Amino acid sequence: MKSLEELKAIRDKMQNQVNLRDEDTTATRVVVGMATCGIAAGARPVLTAFSDLVQQKGMKNVVVTQTGCVGLCQYEPIVEIIEPGKEKVTYIKMTAEKAAEVFEQHIVRGQVKSEYTISSALK
Amino acid sequence: MFRSHVLICGGTGCTSSGSLKIYEKLQEEIDKNGLSKEVQVVKTGCFGLCANGPIMIVYPEGTFYSMVNVEDIPEIVSEHLLKGRIVTRLVYQETVEENGIKSLNETDFYKKQHRVALRNCGVINPENIDEYIGRDGYQALGKVLTEMTPEEVIQCILDSGLRGRGGGGFPTGRKWQLARNIVPNADQKYVCCNADEGDPGAFMDRSVLEGDPHVVLEAMAIAGYAIGANQGYIYVRAEYPIAVQRLEIAIKQAREYGLLGKNIFGTDFSFDIGLRLGAGAFVCGEETALMTSIEGNRGEPRPRPPFPAEKGLFQKPTILNNVETYANIPQIILKGAEWFASMGTEKSKGTKVFALGGKINNTGLVEIPMGTTLRTVIEEIGGGIPNGKKFKAAQTGGPSGGCIPAEHMDIAIDYDNLIAIGSMMGSGGLIVMDEDNCMVDIAKFFLEFTVDESCGKCTPCRIGTKRMYEILDKITKGKATLEDLDRLEELCYHVKANSLCGLGQTAPNPVLSTLRYFRDEYIAHIVEKRCPAGVCKDLLSYEIQADKCKGCTACARVCPAGAISGSVKNPHTIDKSKCLKCGACIEKCRFGAIIKK
Repeated sequence: MKSLEELKAIRDKMQNQVNLRDEDTTATRVVVGMATCGIAAGARPVLTAFSDLVQQKGMKNVVVTQTGCVGLCQYEPIVEIIEPGKEKVTYIKMTAEKAAEVFEQHIVRGQVKSEYTISSALK
Repeated sequence: MFRSHVLICGGTGCTSSGSLKIYEKLQEEIDKNGLSKEVQVVKTGCFGLCANGPIMIVYPEGTFYSMVNVEDIPEIVSEHLLKGRIVTRLVYQETVEENGIKSLNETDFYKKQHRVALRNCGVINPENIDEYIGRDGYQALGKVLTEMTPEEVIQCILDSGLRGRGGGGFPTGRKWQLARNIVPNADQKYVCCNADEGDPGAFMDRSVLEGDPHVVLEAMAIAGYAIGANQGYIYVRAEYPIAVQRLEIAIKQAREYGLLGKNIFGTDFSFDIGLRLGAGAFVCGEETALMTSIEGNRGEPRPRPPFPAEKGLFQKPTILNNVETYANIPQIILKGAEWFASMGTEKSKGTKVFALGGKINNTGLVEIPMGTTLRTVIEEIGGGIPNGKKFKAAQTGGPSGGCIPAEHMDIAIDYDNLIAIGSMMGSGGLIVMDEDNCMVDIAKFFLEFTVDESCGKCTPCRIGTKRMYEILDKITKGKATLEDLDRLEELCYHVKANSLCGLGQTAPNPVLSTLRYFRDEYIAHIVEKRCPAGVCKDLLSYEIQADKCKGCTACARVCPAGAISGSVKNPHTIDKSKCLKCGACIEKCRFGAIIKK
């Protein structure tokens, strides 16, 4: 290593990984239902899609985490996006492809992808 | 890319309670469940809560599992890592609340802490330089080399108010300034790191070295730049094998990255670091003895002046700082002197790490802002005294320090306040004592240590500490007179005033401070031939109360000395001439018939 730039490059690469270990209450939380029902319905690719995207794009203020069964097994895989100070948004019947769309529209641009939410399904 | 990180403590505390086996089992289970691409297992340094080890944290949830067993691992993997269901029964109970699990930072143990020196301990993998860099590692070195002059670096450390964390409390910036300027045109200078942590009960330096070794390397390079040195030495005791191993790995990685070696970051500055292992002599923590030992000689101190800043290692200008002092440096450079100076009290800035031990619930490592009260440390962070016992005193500074009695519990901990009440900051061992501890016995314990560890070079220390120990021994055996007490005090002042180095100069402190606050206990031993805490064996006697004894013979059977006699269903008696005062009979008696006085 002969320059500060090289050091910064390593830092930026590692920061996204190590930041996962900060407990930050101001972060947006992406919660994927990973109970038996969720896993059976295909929650695992959804979870990995979200965590890959967050780390690839270097989103510092987003944590991807998992939870158990919320009781709506027929709608699994379920993903909840909780932004501080806002109402929780629940997406249902997710896939890795849908996850990419939700990531792009909701997490990056801040607009709820309403066609995938539970409220639109219940209408 | 991993979605979840599992951090397992690989510090000495958790390693000895079995964390390496847990690490292996966890890897195995994660592989078995096909999660090895999703979940990363990281071995870290100390989290601080050693009493609850082995410790494991799962991120991003921040779930804190304590006292984990190998048998629990399959359940944690299949429930938590695979399905996302936290195994509540294994979680550190302090974090469990009715409606879920609260953040670790909200628990009493961590809430009042402020981690600067320990910021990476328990967060990064100490054997991976990239993780350190990911937490802004080596940025401070880069900043110093490309943006600051050596004078500016020294000014920054001066302005921060950082003082030596090894116990002396000498301003670090001042030390650097002297080493830079005192010998003009010196052909060679050295930067040394004192990692010869020897106080009984102190282990914060070990934790930093084990949990965040690169911070020490980075800070030493910064110091090298500031004073104009190109060579550093870390003097670490061989009894810290994990620390030694991680330092070796860290130095190798830093060299591979060009962060140690020639022309760092393409500048003219070159710096390298060597490890020197000490054999564990306490005196080698004293600066001149430490340098003599690095030179390859027997570790003995020499008179000062000349001070190391002028003639240190190999007779060249040298600075010697403690591990924890170095651990603060990169943060000060990056965040600024004002940031550091905003923490702490008027004359003691920043934070201090303490190793909590003794009669306290949360044994472990804590880092608090200077000025925190002892009460906060013991009652809130430390979780109080076990078994509802009463706090008697806290001992700081190990064999060089003194005790802080209950009446000073609300004192704000900083260098000057502790000295004012006859103790000292020391390197940060904090041993808590309750009503069952005898203060004379404590003083004797520390004196026994200094007698053993005195290097023997100067008479006041070699013979003085021995004579002091003998008087203390007489007192605990009930054979001393009040004249002995006067002689002891006089001897204390002589040894303090006339010893060559810090070891002897501070050796009487445990006696002086216990005399200051607990003279009544000394008097009780001497005049009444009684040990109020019930510790000193020679002053105790065991008796069986005839009215309570049922004659079950349990005590007679357990007595190793055959001192108890009596027939079945009749009260037993103890033959005091045979009794060893081991206490086995008290533990065995189901009727509370045996008392010790």
